[in-house]
Amino acid sequence: MQKFDRLTGLAAPMPMANIDTDQIIPKQFLKTVDREGLGKGLFYDFRFDMEGHEKPDFVLNQPAYKGVTTIVAGDNFGCGSSREHAPWALMDFGVRCVISTAFADIFYNNCFSNGLLPVVLKADEVHALMAEAKGGNHVFSVDLEAQTVVSPSGQTFHFEIDPSRKEKMLKGLDAIGETLEHAPDIDRFEEKRRMTRAWASA
Amino acid sequence: MGKTLYDKIWDAHVVASEPGGETILYIDLHLIHEVTTPQAFAGLRAAHRPVRRPDLTLAVADHNIPTEGQALGVDAVEDLEARLQLQTLDLNVKANKIEFFPMGDVRNGIVHVVGPEQGRTQPGMTIVCGDSHTSTHGAFGALAHGIGTSEVEHVLATQTLRQRKAKNMRVTFVGEPIPGVGAKDYALALIGEIGTGGGTGSVIEYAGPAITALSMEGRMTLCNLSIEGGAKAGLIAADEKTFAYIQGKPGAPKGAAWDMAVDYWRSFTSDADAVFDRELTIDVSKLVPTLTWGTSPEDVMMVDGRVPDPAGFATEDKRAGALRALDYMGLVAGQPITEASIQRVFIGSCTNSRIEDLRQAALIARKALEKGQKVAPGVRAMVVPGSGLVKEEAEAEGLDKIFLEAGFEWREPGCSMCLGMNPDRLEPGERCASTSNRNFEGRQGRGGRTHLMSPAMAAAAAIAGHIADVRDYL
Repeated sequence: MQKFDRLTGLAAPMPMANIDTDQIIPKQFLKTVDREGLGKGLFYDFRFDMEGHEKPDFVLNQPAYKGVTTIVAGDNFGCGSSREHAPWALMDFGVRCVISTAFADIFYNNCFSNGLLPVVLKADEVHALMAEAKGGNHVFSVDLEAQTVVSPSGQTFHFEIDPSRKEKMLKGLDAIGETLEHAPDIDRFEEKRRMTRAWASA
Repeated sequence: MGKTLYDKIWDAHVVASEPGGETILYIDLHLIHEVTTPQAFAGLRAAHRPVRRPDLTLAVADHNIPTEGQALGVDAVEDLEARLQLQTLDLNVKANKIEFFPMGDVRNGIVHVVGPEQGRTQPGMTIVCGDSHTSTHGAFGALAHGIGTSEVEHVLATQTLRQRKAKNMRVTFVGEPIPGVGAKDYALALIGEIGTGGGTGSVIEYAGPAITALSMEGRMTLCNLSIEGGAKAGLIAADEKTFAYIQGKPGAPKGAAWDMAVDYWRSFTSDADAVFDRELTIDVSKLVPTLTWGTSPEDVMMVDGRVPDPAGFATEDKRAGALRALDYMGLVAGQPITEASIQRVFIGSCTNSRIEDLRQAALIARKALEKGQKVAPGVRAMVVPGSGLVKEEAEAEGLDKIFLEAGFEWREPGCSMCLGMNPDRLEPGERCASTSNRNFEGRQGRGGRTHLMSPAMAAAAAIAGHIADVRDYL
């Protein structure tokens, strides 16, 4: 996973609730065998019309939001399909942080496998950040070590995050490597399983 | 304090507890498919890591396969990207000695139909798959949920997953349903009540007399839709119906092992004094056939109702969402939903493509035929069985002939138009009565309009040519 410590960059408002992973990356882009290059399909139906032309009204198509690194989103972001292509597409597009009042479980987990920081804040805090993201100056700073989001006007909000997840993201650790250090524990579990539940192994 | 069913499955799978709250949980069954695994296998190759337990892994090809011409094989799949993905899966399972039912094999089908059908899904297990509807397997009293591709790689390499424990929630279903109401209606009614984020961070156990009365197919439909209520997983304690379903299946324990297994499985029930973080009760006798009107599974209404008015929603965000949904769906607030004419019908998906689902839809088709009715002019109705074995069973019962005579298409198995990764898709503006699980904008094809409902309701809509109350067609 990519490390995440501090991020300063443009934030875009997407106030819609329940932005699902089908919206984040539609089905036609899932036929790849690679992790890279999915940014072209990010929010495809929002960004492009039926003929493939950019929709000028959509926030990420507006010149003021080119190069966006943070999205301030409505409630329950990332619901629906488990596709990890959603965080891959966001990161390929340059997004490293999403702020919302809630995330769907699988999407939330997938973020931590990739170094995309999902920040959960209270409704009034997201509301305040959404208003600033809509404004003329929308450069936000996110500090994972300090667990803070700082808005352009200087409003600072503290967010909660699981300490072990935070540490892994700060260091960009490989979860599989860490788990493989428990190989003796897994061996022991499998031995017990074989003795007590022989039928459960093919 | 007693333990819940979820607590007990969790406790039985703890390999190690890490400081900081993460638990390394053993995985009993890993189901894989072509779309969410290529990058996981590539990751293993890059790190020179083997698959730890190929014997606890089972592969199918379901998400992007066409629903006709499957006997021609993968090389005949027209979509080059889909073909490459299928070929990649074939190479990966061969290189790692993983059991695989390829496209065209009678055992192939939708991953969440195949696992139970093969007897690989068993009570008390932990089951994962790179697909959110893995919650389906909870119908057998197994802790089952979707994972991302990085987690697929983690399970392939370690046969474990790093997890944090979710909360316990229980929904008790009481009462007896009226004819025309079943598991799909229960699920939609629940999601309508708690919302698509209502179960976030929780495992929902379904209990009560109305659950006991459900068939295994009905239980799978209900658990399948747990994820649409945001839940981590759905669970139903195993009982005699569960054991009867599993017994004799290829992966089921045999001989003396069967009795040992059943004894073990019986231990997985919530204790009487177990405490849940949240409890809800739904009286199914109060339900009428239910469907969705909008673009989220929580946009639920009764079939005899009128399309809701956005002005009546509680918050500004909800009002904006409802306005957008009505506009996308081409509906007007206050109109009876039965006025909405349809162009497409989809009977299939991991939610509703099992034999009982097809029987219920075929019953409506047969009654229509008896009255001299068929699929309405201008409507294209597809029936896509969940697996090759479901297809065979349906054909042995003559269901295919009923469907074909009534003007439905009888297709080959796969995920098909539930997500439209294969050629089965809605055209812009087309309205579809669908037995699938998601009515998101563009889910079944860009600009397509999806109404989620039961197989019997979808069949009734096909005959009527508009959204219809199945009670008029029973």
